[in-house]
Amino acid sequence: MSNVTNLKTAEPWKVIAFRIGAQEFCSDIMSVHEIRGWSPATPLPHSPDFVYGVINLRGVVLPIIDLSARFGFGATVPTAQHVIIVAQARKRTFGLLVDAVTDIVTVNDDLIQPTPNVTSELGHHLLRGVLVLEGRMISVVALDEIAPEDEREVA
Amino acid sequence: MADDALTHIKQTYFAECEEQLAELESGLIAIADGDRDPETINAVFRAVHSIKGGAGAFHFDDLVRFSHVFETALDNLRSGRIEASPALTKVMLRAADTIADLVTATREGGAIEPSSYQSVLDELAALDANGGEAEEADEFADLGFEPIVVSFDDADMDAADGAVTADGRNLFTIVFKPLRSMYRNANEAGLLLRALGQIGDAEIICDDAELPVLQDLDPEESYLRWRIRLTTEDSEDAIRHVFEFVEDDCDLQIWPGHCDEPPAAVDPLAFLTSADDLPAIAQDGALANAEAQDRAVKIAPPIVHAAAPTIRVEIDRVDRLVDLIGELVINQAMLAQRFVELGVERGSPVALSLDEHDRLTRGIQNSVMAIRAQPVKSVFQRMSRVVREVAAMTGKSVRLDMEGENTEVDKTVIEHLTDPLTHMLRNAIDHGIESPEKRLAVGKRAEGSVRLSATHRSGRIIIEIADDGAGIDRGRVREMAVDKGLIAHDALLSDEEIDELIFHPGFSTAKEVSNLSGRGVGMDVVRKSIQALGGRIGIASRPGHGSIFTLSLPLTLAVLDGMIVKVAGETLVLPLASIVETLQPKADSLRGFGVEDKLILARGAVTPLIDVGLRLGYRAVHADPLGCVVILVESERGGRCALLVDAILEQRQIVIKSLEKNYGLIPGIAAATILGDGRVALIVDVDAVIAGHAGPHQSVQRIQPLQVSA
Repeated sequence: MSNVTNLKTAEPWKVIAFRIGAQEFCSDIMSVHEIRGWSPATPLPHSPDFVYGVINLRGVVLPIIDLSARFGFGATVPTAQHVIIVAQARKRTFGLLVDAVTDIVTVNDDLIQPTPNVTSELGHHLLRGVLVLEGRMISVVALDEIAPEDEREVA
Repeated sequence: MADDALTHIKQTYFAECEEQLAELESGLIAIADGDRDPETINAVFRAVHSIKGGAGAFHFDDLVRFSHVFETALDNLRSGRIEASPALTKVMLRAADTIADLVTATREGGAIEPSSYQSVLDELAALDANGGEAEEADEFADLGFEPIVVSFDDADMDAADGAVTADGRNLFTIVFKPLRSMYRNANEAGLLLRALGQIGDAEIICDDAELPVLQDLDPEESYLRWRIRLTTEDSEDAIRHVFEFVEDDCDLQIWPGHCDEPPAAVDPLAFLTSADDLPAIAQDGALANAEAQDRAVKIAPPIVHAAAPTIRVEIDRVDRLVDLIGELVINQAMLAQRFVELGVERGSPVALSLDEHDRLTRGIQNSVMAIRAQPVKSVFQRMSRVVREVAAMTGKSVRLDMEGENTEVDKTVIEHLTDPLTHMLRNAIDHGIESPEKRLAVGKRAEGSVRLSATHRSGRIIIEIADDGAGIDRGRVREMAVDKGLIAHDALLSDEEIDELIFHPGFSTAKEVSNLSGRGVGMDVVRKSIQALGGRIGIASRPGHGSIFTLSLPLTLAVLDGMIVKVAGETLVLPLASIVETLQPKADSLRGFGVEDKLILARGAVTPLIDVGLRLGYRAVHADPLGCVVILVESERGGRCALLVDAILEQRQIVIKSLEKNYGLIPGIAAATILGDGRVALIVDVDAVIAGHAGPHQSVQRIQPLQVSA
C-alpha cells in the first residue's frame, strides 16, 4: 500500500502524470518501472473488458489494463501514439494503457484533496485523491485497486 | 562465528542429512531384501555416523544420543555379532524413520518427546543384548559417551598434585592416539587438537615413536600419538566433548594435573615440555595397543567409494539459468523469423550459421535442463516409509518394490510428486490390498505387493503404482455413485467409466472411515494435482488381481512440445501430448446435434466437435467446419474430442511462461508462451476446454455431472 504511506508523509514525492481523453491522472513514480510504446497485445479469453490483453516484456507475460475502459470512459482503440506505463502493485507487474504521459510532478501531501463525493466507481475506490496544481486537476490512481485480481483471492 | 555463517553451515548439514537418510533407508531396505554385501552395511553405518558427527558439532543432543545407539547397533551388525534377521531390519527401519523425524524436528528448531521413541531405543538396545557382549550392552544402557579406555578422573586427584593453577584454572594432561578407523571415518586429528586449543592453553607434543621407516609405512595406518598439557577454565567434560565423536576410534587418556603419568600409572610415558621440541620420542608406544588392535578388528574399516565429483549449487542459480535459456530459445526463434522476413535463402552461408546457432542453443538448453533433472529416487524412497506406516496402521503385510528409481525428471516436477504418490499408495494399501487372512483365503501370499515404477516414454515420465490387491469393487463403486446421485440408477457404464468414478471429489469406497481415508483427501485431489503439472492419471483394474494407476507427466514444467494453431485470428498452442491426430473434415462426416452442437464421425466413432474459438470467446458463432482443421485430442478421461481450429501453423518446442504470476488463472488456458514474432501466445488447457463443453457424446455426458460439481 505504498500509495497510502506516501500520502501521509510530509516529504515531497514525485508522480508521473498521464492523460486519458481530456482528464489527467497520476501515479506514484516509485511504483512505475518503465514507460514504453504500444505494441500489439494478445487478447485473453474470459477477461473483463478493461483487460486489453498480454504483451511480451522481455520474456515476462505482462497484462495490459486499458485505464480508459477501467474508469468507464470506453475502450481505447490503441494507435502507435498510445503509451504503456509498466507499474507494480500487490506483487503484480502490469501495464497501463494511456493516451500519453504528460510530465513528472513533485508534490506534497498538502496539495492532495480527498476524492469529491461522487457516486461513480471511479470516485469510490479507484482513486486515492485529487491533486490540484496550477489550475490543473490530476486524479491520483489507486494502483492497488487497478492491479489484476487473482481469482483465488476473491473466491 | 558469524550467525549467518553458522546458519549456512547448518543448512548444508541438513541438506547432507537428507542424503544420508536416503542412503540409510535404501541400504536398510537392501539388507531387508537379503543384501549381505558388507559395503551396503558400511554405507548404512557411515550414514548414521555422519549424521551423528554433524549433530554433535551443533550440539543437537537428542539426535546425537539416538544416532549413537543406532550406530552401535549397526556396528554390531557390521561386525557380524548380530544377524540381519527380518525382525532386526524392521527395528532398524523404524529407527531410520525416527532418526529422520529427529532430523526434521531439529531442523525446524523443535524437538520430539524422547518417550515417543524410547521403544525404538529399547529395541535397538535389546538387539545387542541378545547377541552382543555384556560390555557393549552396558554402553547402551547409559547412552553416554564415557570413553572405552579407562578413565582416571579421580576426584581426589584435583587436590593431590597441583591440578589447579593459582588463578583457579584446571590443569589436565591428555594422551590422544587416533586409531586407523578414526581417519577412515574422515575425522582429522589436527581439528581436534585445534579444538582443544580453543578451550584453553594447550601445549601439544607429537609422539612419532611408532612411525616406521618409509618402506614399512602403511599409508592408511595411524602411527602418531599426541600428548597435550591443557590449562583451562573448563572441566574434564569439556575435553571429553571435543573427542566425543572419535571416542570409539581413538585411545584417549585424560588425567588432572601436569604430571607425566596417569595417576594409576600403567607405563611410564616420556614427553617433552615444549611443542618446539618436536619430534618427541616416546619410550613406550605399547600402551593400550593391544586394546586398540582389539577394537580395530571389531570395527571393520569402511571401504571408500569413488563417486563422480559433484558440486552443490543453489537452485536459484540454476533456475535463473533455465529462465535465461528460455529467453535464448525464444530469441533464436525470433531471429530465424527475421531472416525469413529478410528473404535470406535457406542454403546461404548466413542461414547455415543460424542453423548451427540453433543447434547450439538446443544443446545448451538440454544441458541446462539436465542440471535440474533429478532421479525420482528421492521421492520413491520416501514412499517406502509411507508403505511401512500404512501397512502397520492397517495391520496388513505389504512389500514395496521399486523400479526405475534412477529415471530423471525436472526438479520442479519431483517437488510436486510426493503428495499424489503418498495418497495413491495409501489408497492402494488401505483399499486395494486385502487383509492377510483374506489373501490366504483366496490363495494369494499373505504379504501384499505394491510396485512403484518409473520409465521414460515419448518425452514423458510414466509412473505406475501397481498392487496385487482386490482390484476395484465395481459393484460397490456403482452403488455408491448411485446413492450419491452421481449417476442415474439405470445408467449404462463401461467398466472403465465405473473406475473413473473414484476420481470424483469425496468418493470413497472404504467400508468405514479409517485412520487413513476420510480426511477429505481422495483421488480427485490426486488427479487435480497431477493435472496441474500437465500430467494425466489413468487406472486399470482387474477384480481379484489388483489395480494399476498410471501417471504420465511432462519431464519438465519449463518447455513443452506444442502445435501452433490459428483460431479466429489468434495464435494458440495445443500441447502435442494430448493430440491424437489431425484431419480435414468432410461434409458427409459432420452432423448437427440439438440447437448448436456439432458431431463429427472420425475413425468410426461419433465425437463431439468443439470450436475452440467459440469456447474461448474469440467468436460468437460456430465456425464452419469445412475449410477448418479438426484436431482429435484425448482427454484425461480417455474420451476423445474433436477440436476445431482454423489452421495449423507449425509444430515446435515452446517455453512455458506463467500467466498466473501477473494476471491469474484463465479457464481454458494453461499458460502462455512467447513465439518467434515476439508476441505472447496462449497455451490451451485441452481438458478444461473439453470439460466446459456439455457435449452430446454419451460418455462425456454421463461423466458430465462430475465436472459440474467439481
